[in-house]
Amino acid sequence: MSTDQQPTYPLATMPAHLGEVIVRAKGVHKFFGDLHVLRGVDLDVWQAEAVMIIGRSGSGKTTLLRCINFLEEPTLGTIEVDGVRVEADPLGRRPRSHREHIRDIRLRAGMLFQDFNLFPHMSVLQNCIEAPTRVKGVARDEAVVTAEKYLDKVGLLEKRDEYPARLSSGQKQRAAIARAMCMGPKVLMFDEPTSALDPELIGEVLKVMEELAHEGTTMIVVTHEMHFAREAADRVVFMDGGVIAEQGPPEQVLDDPREESTKQFLRRVLAAR
Amino acid sequence: MLKNEQPPAPDQVVAAMRGEQRRRSARFRLIFIATWIIIVGGILLALKAGPRFDPTFDLGPIDRSNPASTPVWVYILGGIPLTLVISVVSITIAIALALAGALGRLSKNAFVYGAASLYVSLVRGTPLIVQIIFVYYALPQVIPATADVPAIYLGIIALAFNYGAYMTEIFRAGIQAVPRGQREAAEALGMRESLVMRRVVMPQAIRIVIPAIGNDFISMTKDSALVSVIGVQELLWRAQHVGSANFRNLETLLLAAGVYWAITIVLSLFQERLERRMARGDR
Ligand SMILES: Nc1ncnc2c1ncn2[C@@H]1O[C@H](COP(=O)(O)OP(=O)(O)OP(=O)(O)O)[C@@H](O)[C@H]1O
Ligand SMILES: [Mg+2]
Repeated sequence: MSTDQQPTYPLATMPAHLGEVIVRAKGVHKFFGDLHVLRGVDLDVWQAEAVMIIGRSGSGKTTLLRCINFLEEPTLGTIEVDGVRVEADPLGRRPRSHREHIRDIRLRAGMLFQDFNLFPHMSVLQNCIEAPTRVKGVARDEAVVTAEKYLDKVGLLEKRDEYPARLSSGQKQRAAIARAMCMGPKVLMFDEPTSALDPELIGEVLKVMEELAHEGTTMIVVTHEMHFAREAADRVVFMDGGVIAEQGPPEQVLDDPREESTKQFLRRVLAAR
Repeated sequence: MLKNEQPPAPDQVVAAMRGEQRRRSARFRLIFIATWIIIVGGILLALKAGPRFDPTFDLGPIDRSNPASTPVWVYILGGIPLTLVISVVSITIAIALALAGALGRLSKNAFVYGAASLYVSLVRGTPLIVQIIFVYYALPQVIPATADVPAIYLGIIALAFNYGAYMTEIFRAGIQAVPRGQREAAEALGMRESLVMRRVVMPQAIRIVIPAIGNDFISMTKDSALVSVIGVQELLWRAQHVGSANFRNLETLLLAAGVYWAITIVLSLFQERLERRMARGDR
């Protein structure tokens, strides 16, 4: 990793299974017009780490994920993913090379959306091989083998020739996970992957994600599923007002928060059940 | 006694309702068709039989003194293929222009956006008939070579240009109707802009605009009649030509109008069926 200074794990003890830093967001600010949504976020994510981001609506969780793969251009700051480092270029001063670097980041960071965004005009298999064949230049046969491997992993191998409209919401999200995995990303980013699901289908998606986490997939997950965060997270990050207000192991942040804002948020979340 | 009356079984009621429904819709359809036949047939009969300055009403031989000459109706219907060819070719070119126009109208490049907007504004701001006449009569003054170009080509160019401008806005709306998330998901997979357009946005946009393209094609078959003013010998031109030469304008124009009508009815049926199929297979 080509960072200037060696990053130090933000918690007292670093889980033994973690590798080197894969994602590094440094000093990220984001304005929407006059609205200052991200106010200087520093977030490092280690290889094989599962980081869960929680926080109230509007605290900037989605915006942070979207800044990491430049679906939103940060106003200020640096993003580094697996050694590819891109500085915010809000004025578009170096559009061409900038765009290529952003693409390099996107090839390394898979993104899962709340509403899946499968391509409706393609079968599940086609969804999975489209980007590998056309973006990475993988041979079709090879891409199909990879796709079938991941579809099997998310339990959708027998749906490979279905179109997304014929899938349940849980199956759609699992298909989207397989599609992202097919690109061989270094990190998977999930933005509330279960909040658009029928309640009884949430479990099947969380189960897949939990398996991925246990297998050492690096992931950043924005979620409201506290139980899931407790089970699967190596680290829980609480965002408030566009900054990271508190972070720590799940037991500490969820059961014994230090910050008043975290306590308030958790009280509200628990009261909502 | 009320007590002894068995209420009918639910499935009997449902069956009875279904039968009644069927009878009613059959009657409706019958009256609908009868209405058309009676009104249209009545008008035609009245025109044929009624008192007129010129009592003839015939679509027989062009040369009345020569019964062996081509019948007027055969001559007029002979224009149908040309009408259809003009429409099909023009709409095809228009689709290509509209595609380019829509991409231009969505471009962040000021020049490209400006050029596409100018095209749309200019073409939509002037009458189609002016454009057709301009291409035929005025263009040769600028580009002398166009004087030798057959009128049908110029007519097709004018129609395609005109429809391309209207369809530009349809295509633009279609592209914008594809959910933003689709584009973002594709970008997040590392696709470049052109690939996102070609593989993700366009296929979905086309689906959205197909009904509108169908409507425009139907309009085009009618607007193609306008190229008769520059001497293209399609349906209307033929009707006018043999009509005025033989003082049979009434018959010939009625026939031409009837043919346009029939074409649009057939095309509308096709379109309805296509739309229904697309709605069924909606995914
Ligand atoms: N494209 C945009 N244009 C303007 N404002 C935006 C845009 N996207 C987000 N915002 C604003 O930025 C703030 C943070 O939004 P963000 O979606 O990041 O919050 P969040 O933490 O993900 O909330 P939620 O839990 O509701 O998803 C909100 O006030 C939102 O209205
Ligand atoms: Mg959000």
